[in-house]
Amino acid sequence: MLRALELRKDFGGLTVLHPTSVDFRPGEVHAIMGENGAGKSTLMKVLAGLYRPDGGQVEWRGARLDFGSPHDALVAGIAMIHQELMPIPDLTVAENITLGAEPCGRFGRVDRADQLRRAKELLQELESEIDPAKLMRTLTVAQTQVVEIAKALGRQADMILMDEPTAALSDHEVAALFRAIARLKARGVAIVYTTHKMDEVFRLADRISVLRDGRLVGTAPASDLSPAKLISLMVGREMADVFPTRSLPTEEVLLEVSGLTREPAYRDISFQVRRGEVVALAGLMGAGRTEVVSAIYGLQPAARGVITFKGRALVVRSPQDALAAGIGMVTEDRKGLGLIPALGVDQNITLTALRTLCRGQLIDHRAEAAIVGAKIEDFAVKTSRPSQPIALLSGGNQQKALLARCLLGDPDLIILDEPTRGIDIGAKAEIYALIQKLARAGKGVLLVSSELPEVLSLSHRIVVLRRGSVAATLEASETDQETLLRHAMPLSLHAQPRP
Amino acid sequence: MPNLDRNLLHRFGLLFVILLVGLGLTLTTDTFLSVANLTNVARQVSINGILAVGVTFVLLTAGVDLSLGSVVALSGVACATFAHPGDHSVIVPIAVGLLTGAACGLVNGVLVTRGGVAPFIVTLGMMTVARGLALIVSGGRPVANMSNELTALAGDFLGIPIPVLCFAGVALAAWFFLRNFRLGRHIYAVGGNEHAARAAGVPVERVKLFAYGLCGLLTGLAGVVLAARITTGQPNAGQAYELDAIAAVVIGGTSLAGGVGTITGTLLGVLLIGVINNGLDLLGVSSYYQAVIKGVIIVGAVWLDRRQARS
Repeated sequence: MLRALELRKDFGGLTVLHPTSVDFRPGEVHAIMGENGAGKSTLMKVLAGLYRPDGGQVEWRGARLDFGSPHDALVAGIAMIHQELMPIPDLTVAENITLGAEPCGRFGRVDRADQLRRAKELLQELESEIDPAKLMRTLTVAQTQVVEIAKALGRQADMILMDEPTAALSDHEVAALFRAIARLKARGVAIVYTTHKMDEVFRLADRISVLRDGRLVGTAPASDLSPAKLISLMVGREMADVFPTRSLPTEEVLLEVSGLTREPAYRDISFQVRRGEVVALAGLMGAGRTEVVSAIYGLQPAARGVITFKGRALVVRSPQDALAAGIGMVTEDRKGLGLIPALGVDQNITLTALRTLCRGQLIDHRAEAAIVGAKIEDFAVKTSRPSQPIALLSGGNQQKALLARCLLGDPDLIILDEPTRGIDIGAKAEIYALIQKLARAGKGVLLVSSELPEVLSLSHRIVVLRRGSVAATLEASETDQETLLRHAMPLSLHAQPRP
Repeated sequence: MPNLDRNLLHRFGLLFVILLVGLGLTLTTDTFLSVANLTNVARQVSINGILAVGVTFVLLTAGVDLSLGSVVALSGVACATFAHPGDHSVIVPIAVGLLTGAACGLVNGVLVTRGGVAPFIVTLGMMTVARGLALIVSGGRPVANMSNELTALAGDFLGIPIPVLCFAGVALAAWFFLRNFRLGRHIYAVGGNEHAARAAGVPVERVKLFAYGLCGLLTGLAGVVLAARITTGQPNAGQAYELDAIAAVVIGGTSLAGGVGTITGTLLGVLLIGVINNGLDLLGVSSYYQAVIKGVIIVGAVWLDRRQARS
């Protein structure tokens, strides 16, 4: 149906996609696998008309295609679900879903009733109960993702490109998406799918193409591959156990939180983090995990409650207060709260700890360049030069740069909110090792993660949140996924999380 | 060289355009390429230049300042009021002018940061208020009878016009500041992504306040220089000055969305507008046509630049 012939893409003199040829067939789920920066998103974006290829061509039903814009691709019947969510926050859910394809009456007037009805149908296809009349900005990240998927489904496309559609979804929503994909397949729609979750690939894919360092390693039927084989193809080496061993925490309490409350997001949250300890905040989307860590970091202070840090009561009104006390954080919202897109990798890394690289108010450029060079190497950030705008890096490399930024100031407590979201297995392993290294060095780590294996293998203790309250505090070594989930689940399975 | 810095390319592109316009004017007029005329160009651009440097700071934070022209008038009137011969030392009217500008800028800054009102609205309000205050303070009449010490500010120092020296000094200091000061880096960070900057520990409010305050201070300086040049405090002076200043900054490659831009770019933008103004005068183009041509050139220059940036 669609054939890519020798497609190539360059960015700033760096070839990110070497000539690649793949074909996609109707009624087939074709997974594109690879580490961060392997060229998956680039390939998808070229196919969707977002990037112009620098070489090669795309054939669509036997005819050569030349997309000038994503609109051309949409008209041809190719839709894409983006990895970076792109909602328009002040429009309603229905307006977002039908954006660019509004049902119109006479004189181009938008037919509101029809718009709402269509949006509702599409959301029902995904078994979601989001109210299509709600404003987009009131939705959680997971709900936003569901809306983006509904938007792509609504294009009646013959081919749908899905770039990590499940990154922010709960298991329940993932299952609904998979059922929707099965229905699309039956209708003969071609699906191209990228993900970092191994189990998804083998549940969904008919064929798998593996990219590594911008080159196509090969394409094979999924039935010919095993997870271990796939990983070794992706990283070019066999992966040993990705989880390093845990060290023992000390007895010294580093952070104590008691009675932290900000209705309606969370209430009466209490827990401790000791030096050398990794504490995980687990729970479903919308359980209040991000809100709690945001309060500790001062992004959105709590209304009530006491934070005791290094034995002293700490009032955190802003991230500046937290940083001054020795608390650092890497956000889950890389694009919104992490990156300064136009600044170079170097200036992004040194932003928080810039004071330590200054003489008085003056930046010591030589010291800055030296420390940036060292950090880029330490964290294995792939960039063509230190001053390259960080927006041009792959998600995993951006994340590593942000970790470097956080750790440059040498905080005692490190808050990591979904540090491995949308990151390939190689980079994940690096981050896991880093977390253990920090713990061994006597730091406290507060980890928020939706991936249960990660929570169970990395942390010493797990604080499970459910709808803004602590449902349980568990020793990681004495619990399992099932117990965790039982504590995390609201009593009614289909209840929506609180807004 | 594929890795050639885009900023560099941009700068040279603009420099090339300026040289091209200059070459054209050298060939079509007898007077363009003369020390007297070029000195004149420099003198003419210096006020717009000082304003453009100031507003570069605000635009870099993703803000805007529409009150420049009115604040120029208010500062000029305030300066002239204290500049009557024999009243005060020359320092006093200069300080009054500068502080008036800085105060207006700080009010803008406080309303933007603490009040949470959009910069466009705040500075639009200041544009009207400052103009009104200038008329109130002066009683609607030009404030004349200024001391020779003050009007000497429009004269020469070692053969170079003092306004030009002011502009050069301001531009150099701003360039150094944005490059080497922590606060300079913070300005880019705030403009690039305000939320991320706050999360990274940047004191966003203080940074913005500084940008508006500095812009105001430099506007005050422009007001003093203008008053010295026209030897009066004119309550109606400076009409639409903000537009020329913002145009120069944008031509120089600063993004209205913030976070991207350089003082060198602003400098070239100021020069381009100055050379074009001068050229149109020398060619005897009527001022009606001048306005049309200038507008077309401003939009055209930015359009070319964005097209180049996309490719």
